[in-house]
Amino acid sequence: MSSRDKILAAVAQNKPEAMPLPHIAPFKEIGYTDVIGQYETVLTAIGGKVHRVNNWDEIKTIVKEKYNAQNVRVLSLVPELDDVATSAYEINPAAHHLADVELALIKAHFGVAENGSVWVTEELLGHRAVPFICQHLAAVITSSNLVDTMHRAYMRIGLETYGWGAFIAGPSKTADIEQSLVLGAHGPRSMTVFVLQD
Amino acid sequence: MRVGLFVPCYVDQFYPGAAIATLELLEKLGVEVVYPKNQTCCGQPMANSGFEHLTGGCNRLFIDNFSGFDYIVSPSGSCVLHIREHLHDDKRPEQAKEISHKVWELTSFLTDVLKVESLPARFPHKVGVHQSCHGQRGLHLSSMTELVAPSFSKPGSLLNMVKDLELIELERKDECCGFGGTFCVVEEAVSSKMGKDRVADHLKHGAEYITGADMSCLMHMEGILKRQGSKVKVLHIAEILNAE
Amino acid sequence: MEVGTKDHAELAEIFNKDEERVNWHDETLWWIRAKRDKSVHQLPEWEALREAASNVKFNVLSHLNTYLEQFEAAAKANGVIVHWAADAKEHNEIVHGLLKENKVTQMVKSKSMLTEECHLNEYLATHGIEVIDSDLGERIVQLAGEPPSHIVLPCIHKKKEEIGDLFHMYLGTPSNMADPQFLTETARGSLRETFLTRKVALTGVNFAIAETGEFVVCTNEGNADMGAHLADVHIACMGIEKLIPKREHLGIFLRLLTRSATGQPITTYSSHFGKPREGQQMHLVLVDNGRSVQLGRKDFRNSLKCIRCGACMNTCPVYRRSGGHSYHTAVAGPIGSILAPNLDMKKYADLPFASTLCGSCSNVCPVKIDIHDQLYKWRQVLVKEGYAPTGKKIAMQVMATTLASPTLYHAAGKMGRATIKYAPFAVNNKLNAWYKEREMPAPPKESFGEWYAKNKK
Ligand code: SF4
Repeated sequence: MSSRDKILAAVAQNKPEAMPLPHIAPFKEIGYTDVIGQYETVLTAIGGKVHRVNNWDEIKTIVKEKYNAQNVRVLSLVPELDDVATSAYEINPAAHHLADVELALIKAHFGVAENGSVWVTEELLGHRAVPFICQHLAAVITSSNLVDTMHRAYMRIGLETYGWGAFIAGPSKTADIEQSLVLGAHGPRSMTVFVLQD
Repeated sequence: MRVGLFVPCYVDQFYPGAAIATLELLEKLGVEVVYPKNQTCCGQPMANSGFEHLTGGCNRLFIDNFSGFDYIVSPSGSCVLHIREHLHDDKRPEQAKEISHKVWELTSFLTDVLKVESLPARFPHKVGVHQSCHGQRGLHLSSMTELVAPSFSKPGSLLNMVKDLELIELERKDECCGFGGTFCVVEEAVSSKMGKDRVADHLKHGAEYITGADMSCLMHMEGILKRQGSKVKVLHIAEILNAE
Repeated sequence: MEVGTKDHAELAEIFNKDEERVNWHDETLWWIRAKRDKSVHQLPEWEALREAASNVKFNVLSHLNTYLEQFEAAAKANGVIVHWAADAKEHNEIVHGLLKENKVTQMVKSKSMLTEECHLNEYLATHGIEVIDSDLGERIVQLAGEPPSHIVLPCIHKKKEEIGDLFHMYLGTPSNMADPQFLTETARGSLRETFLTRKVALTGVNFAIAETGEFVVCTNEGNADMGAHLADVHIACMGIEKLIPKREHLGIFLRLLTRSATGQPITTYSSHFGKPREGQQMHLVLVDNGRSVQLGRKDFRNSLKCIRCGACMNTCPVYRRSGGHSYHTAVAGPIGSILAPNLDMKKYADLPFASTLCGSCSNVCPVKIDIHDQLYKWRQVLVKEGYAPTGKKIAMQVMATTLASPTLYHAAGKMGRATIKYAPFAVNNKLNAWYKEREMPAPPKESFGEWYAKNKK
């Protein structure tokens, strides 16, 4: 017998009596009165930055203040922001060519107020490594694309298929050395979310 | 109301004062108390060491001693929890079950059964409460810091009825004192350290007395206080509630 | 680490030789427990969430074979290559086989307690494969030649000065440099090089979804993703109990996991791996290693609900004062103490006794495992199976006989109060252990029984 069959047989033999799945609908009702406010508070608390903006130009101004695309590599996956980038993204380059990206500008599907995260899937990124390998990450969501909780987040995702997707909440971090928090463990040292009023 | 007084073995032998106070307090509150004199031990020390199969003798004795009471009350949360969860007798299963439902720890018996709302006691001291784990987490004598639930404390509500008594706040409200039955000798190093840390929290906040609903934890902390030469004393909660 | 044949009590005693350090260890972990409390108290629905998570897991255990098959089919349809390993040995061989197939001798690995349980690194080392752990804490203990001491905080037992020394020795940092920011930056630089040059990356798995065939990996550092997205081959290893039925159930578990672990609302990255990247191989190894046996133990199967948040360790007053290594098993603390005897009763017979049964672990557990009740039950099993020391057996027998007889009891009591040789909590012939830091109660002149006979007839 293969290990697969052995394991499945042992599990079938030893498993307890059938138990039903719980009713989880009530969790989906939980919400915040000020969703954007909550999002902003939480993301800030976990080391991220939130800018509420009214148009693309405001984002560009903020980006340009900090990043000069002549000196450092600014990668844009947001067509509306291509003119503050060093160059537009080439379709699927080897991930290793991304090693020098200083700032990556991406779009996210939506944000989650309870934990300050954004949901992204690979279609938005060109390459899965983008939001990890860059030194700094900035994501754009529109203000109507904020959900209250993770329950609502998964309602929204539904059974959509994706090759890879992630919730990203703030900069990469570690507290492994005596519990002192250090931002920028392996991934981005900072994460900015632009909430674009719509 | 006829109550059987269940006095744990080590209280009988080492802390008769706690048992006397329990008896007097219950009588003061109009309860008829009987102490069945052939009682020994609930069997917990063996059971918690993995020898529950040796507790048959203790179980039989317990049933013999405590049949026929309206309630059985004991000044020890830990022993009560053991009886509630583990008392059994293959020959008298119904009787064992009935008894295990009638066993009450003293403070919850006062708050929940007698519904005591005032006490004639006075104790003009600063007192720290030790939440013994079995009473707290096992019998739910008070809310637990781990849970998201309304806070309450049965021992605390009783102590609040005592005149001139000042309850102190602790940094860690419900950390274990490290007694743990045979744990205290099998794991001597950790047990002692836990005891020292618990005592230190009370001392830091100015306790003159450490009290609680379980004498075993208090015995542990007393052992440490004495070794440290501290003047701070331990007292079973019954002794404070019975103080005049 | 040489743990050898010492049991938890002995190792804990060694740990307690340095009291300052015990205080530091205890306070650091208590601080994390406090962060957890603060965070969970912001969610009025917290207890309901725990209940739901527990019930989802019960459902999983009761349909585990069906979910495994459903998961396998969905994962395969996604292009993932699924492997099955009956035990640690087979798991290690599968991973080694994949490395050979791809002709590599180096691999980067993110946190996976399963590979610790299987001793994968040691196994691969004997076959000439170099593994670099990419989680900072794991990298640190790896450099120190130690196993992790905590499932979420692998080097929680190490002081920054010690880490500074390790980095000085292995990564060329200046001596006496112990600034966490600086040390982290150094590790970042060194590991970035590793990520960019490794062809194979191994990750753990936090949750696998039967419905979709995807699996979720949670990290704060981003190291699992850095490894997986830059490598040509991604190997993910998981215990068979990590399944959950539906994607929507992640909503419950991701809300619970990090709040319980560290008090964060979510990990920085919660990565959902569905399909391999174009040109990438994605392997998934499903490991049993005793889990199906534990599933058959009625009293202990609930331990398989564990989502490895570490909360039971942070809250455990014994863990905090004895350190993870004193448990001499990959998963330390309360949960480790109920998992380990399943694998080897003899070797881990001490662990269920390394607890006061205070019950705090069961209260923090996000999936409501009755941890302290299982510790109690393991004690009964271990004694029955003959793993109690003989001295203790005899003492317990004497005690049972004494306590079952009022006459013997009263005689022993009298003698006891005179000589203090008798105390129910001190019967295992190690009576002196009490005296080391504690006094015995002063013997009263009479027992309560005697007082009652005199005063109340
Ligand atoms: S047993 Fe519960 S508290 Fe402990 S690690 Fe597992 S899930 Fe967390």
